Amino acid sequence: MSVEQSSSQNPPLTANVNKVNLTKKEYTGSPSTLCTGCGHDSITAHIITATYQNGLHPFEVAKMSGIGCSSKTPAYFMSKSFGFNSMHGRMAPVTTGAKVANGNLHMIGMSGDGDTASIGLGGFAHLIRRNLQMTYIVANNGVYGLTKGQFSATADKGAKQKNGAYNPFDTIDICSLALNLGCTFVARSFSGDAKQLVPLIQAAQKHRGTALIDVISPCITFNNHDGSTKSYTYVREHDVSLQELGLIQPMQEIKVDYPEGSTQKVVLPDGSELYLKKLGNHEHTVTDKMAAMKLLHDSAKAGEILTGMFYIDETASNLNEELNLVDAGLVHLNEAQLRPSKDDFNKLMAEFN
Amino acid sequence: MNKNNFVITIATVNGSGSQSANSILLKTLFRMGVPVGGKNVFPSNIAGLPTWFWIRAEENGYVARRDKADIFIAMNAQTLVEDMKTLKPGGFFIYNSDLASSMQPTLEAQAKEMSLHLIPISFKPLVDQSTDSVKIKKLVINMVYVGVLAKLLKLDLDILNKTIADQFDNKESVILVNKKAAELGYLYAEQQLSSVYFPFQSQLTEKNKDKIIMDGNTAGALGWLFGGCTFTAWYPITPSSSLVEKYIQLAQKYRKDETGKNRFAVVQAEDELASICMVLGAGWAGARSVTATSGPGLSLMAESAGFAYFTEIPCVIWDVQRVGPSTGMPTRTAQGDLTSAVFLSHGDTKHPCLLPGNIKECFEFGQEAFDLAERLQQLVIVLSDLDLGMNLWMEKKFSYPEKPFDRGKILSAADLDKISQFERYGDPDQDGIPSRTLPGTWHEKAAYFTRGSGHNSKANYTEKSDEYQFIVDRLAKKWETAKTLVPKPIYISSAEVEKSLDEDINNTQLSVSSSQSIGLIAFGSSDLAVKEAMKLLTDKGIKSDYCRIRAVPFTSDILDFLKNHPITYVIDQNRDGQMYELLKSEFNQICHLIKSVKHYDGTPITADSIMNSILTMENKRCQ
Repeated sequence: MSVEQSSSQNPPLTANVNKVNLTKKEYTGSPSTLCTGCGHDSITAHIITATYQNGLHPFEVAKMSGIGCSSKTPAYFMSKSFGFNSMHGRMAPVTTGAKVANGNLHMIGMSGDGDTASIGLGGFAHLIRRNLQMTYIVANNGVYGLTKGQFSATADKGAKQKNGAYNPFDTIDICSLALNLGCTFVARSFSGDAKQLVPLIQAAQKHRGTALIDVISPCITFNNHDGSTKSYTYVREHDVSLQELGLIQPMQEIKVDYPEGSTQKVVLPDGSELYLKKLGNHEHTVTDKMAAMKLLHDSAKAGEILTGMFYIDETASNLNEELNLVDAGLVHLNEAQLRPSKDDFNKLMAEFN
Repeated sequence: MNKNNFVITIATVNGSGSQSANSILLKTLFRMGVPVGGKNVFPSNIAGLPTWFWIRAEENGYVARRDKADIFIAMNAQTLVEDMKTLKPGGFFIYNSDLASSMQPTLEAQAKEMSLHLIPISFKPLVDQSTDSVKIKKLVINMVYVGVLAKLLKLDLDILNKTIADQFDNKESVILVNKKAAELGYLYAEQQLSSVYFPFQSQLTEKNKDKIIMDGNTAGALGWLFGGCTFTAWYPITPSSSLVEKYIQLAQKYRKDETGKNRFAVVQAEDELASICMVLGAGWAGARSVTATSGPGLSLMAESAGFAYFTEIPCVIWDVQRVGPSTGMPTRTAQGDLTSAVFLSHGDTKHPCLLPGNIKECFEFGQEAFDLAERLQQLVIVLSDLDLGMNLWMEKKFSYPEKPFDRGKILSAADLDKISQFERYGDPDQDGIPSRTLPGTWHEKAAYFTRGSGHNSKANYTEKSDEYQFIVDRLAKKWETAKTLVPKPIYISSAEVEKSLDEDINNTQLSVSSSQSIGLIAFGSSDLAVKEAMKLLTDKGIKSDYCRIRAVPFTSDILDFLKNHPITYVIDQNRDGQMYELLKSEFNQICHLIKSVKHYDGTPITADSIMNSILTMENKRCQ
């Protein structure tokens, strides 16, 4: 498939500025303090590209994270956005509170495998259950970097640590788990695959509920050796891309050229279109949850690291919708809007005598 | 004859539906103008274990719990014999004789020994007459004793009937069967007990004209409603759940906009780790944000409490304390969370705590907590307890809050235009309180990075000693500022006690009635029992001045109070005298001037236990 995106008259998408008239430079952050070659820095770069291309204004974005190498990254992109580097495993509930308080905030969450699949598993599960609208990226490297290389819960069974120890326990597959919990947007990618990850992040940012992207992101220092199943070499050798992806922004002239039957189109809430062209042997319909579960199971059994878009559901309502909140957000309501009248007060008092 | 002056205990089996009957009895007395207090002593159990309801009626308003009852209604076979022991000599033991058969000789012997009046009543035939439904019989049996008491105490029958109707929300069939059961009890007493000399009577008064009767959790929920609470996350835990449930009811009624959308959000979280984190997220975003919990939940919130302190996020925890440690006795009362609340979390952390002593303060602090949290940009913890939160207390009608919300130092986009640089963690006014911006503020200078790791005044990451120290020293300065903002203690001398029961006495100025007066310090739900203890002590020739602490950090007038009394007794409802210890560490120069009075058996504190402890220590001191 080739998806050509050419500029139309409206909105003006020049070479240098996006639809909110910002250059890509205005989406950058402080210099990274992660190890040179860390997969997480690539994810940071892809977030910058995707957010810039989507034309989200940094002022409307809140960058959320937990604790760990992954959770440091919000400092490295979009300095003009508010950031909340919370506690270990607590990104999910903190983000829930912030998003419910102000539904107009656009939430970009960065978590890690320890942060999400170990200490924060409970919060992760319940965030998905509530379908909180946010982009939830897991930078997944299978180890704890900041404490020097212990296995995390996403390490594969039989994987070897740098010091030679084997992991005897089954891995938690974040995508399978998310599907089971009812996640409405489930994808996996590889930090080194800009072509795949950028459109996935773009689509995630437009999704109506929780958009989960499990990004395999090798740890150059503690998990990049022989015997690791999350090293650059291993991931490149075992990465099986499910689809080739392309995202067409609304109002863009679309030139798509694809053979009949092998490409799916998903229309996102803002009118954008996500095109998914089949690659390889796996037949998959991205709106079929049972098929997605089987696909993940079969590919894992075959030793593949399957990446791509697994499941999307744009019909489910999100938490803010379920809570039936006022549009303006709860944070700016004043006394007149919040305090019942004197008359109501007197009636209330009368109930207690 | 004791007019409007008696203690009733009602023993039933948990889950047997006695709560409605007991409420009706209490509320009838209240509406007759009799000052009353009601306490439900219940087990951590759905059904089957023993439960008691205590009613104290006292003309002057001394309605705290007393150790012994005048009248006992015994409806629980399991506890009949033990129950009798909680009566005063000369008291009346009214019991369901259908349950007593084999115990009859024991009861009679014990009653004789204690000089009690035994009133056996066979409830079965009375209940049988009221309804044919087996299910309803179990419930309305409780209304039969209400009827018996109505006759014996000379309750006003119109008020009783009106209260029954209100209790059952005007559901005709339910009201009818309950009225009938009460009537049968009444008639029984009229016919069978006319020869009994019953020295306790109720009488109509005007005393409760401007009063309400309410539990502290409901008062707290009203406080949240009127205080502008917009975000709540919670995890159900006894004894705090009813607060949030009440708040949800209120908010659904009073917080809809014209289109039916909600001006509030309540999220039931997966655990207390999550509920406090949601509250932090919402507080950071700019909502007036709160969670309610009890001891075990408070423990789980410890890490977040420190995070809130260091990142300066406004938020509120409402802790309805229960007996610990661990699961402890979840349905019994204590003030055991004080120390852990003040210092909740690791590192150098301390939080302003509000200590409501009555339902009026539950309502007021329910609002003030948000103002303080936003003004100080801190976690504020309100410490209620099971006795205050779940039991019924009388109070003057609250006044309508007119004060605008204090949102603290929030900089808008227009404000940011006027300043050259925004420092999230600076000290622009030299009061230790920085300015903040809310996420979503449309301005180049608005954004900052919130992190629990070391940060400098510009909110950037730091591990530099001087930058770190600037932040924690400023936080210490903020604690000093907090002292000028939290509610001051209320001072009452023994001469003013009686008056204080009927009208608000809000002396925030220290008063020393005489150089001989002893000092008393207490907080929270101990208030009424302390006031009654002051009366009992006065009767024994000991005058006292009472300082009721309403907040941590302590204000300096407390030190003056301590210095101005030869001895001050600090009254705690916990084993270790936590308030006593906090005062000693804050005012270490006066350690020799304070002594600790403790009550920690899970029951609400009584005037008797306070008086007895003080008398024992006073005897030693004055020897």
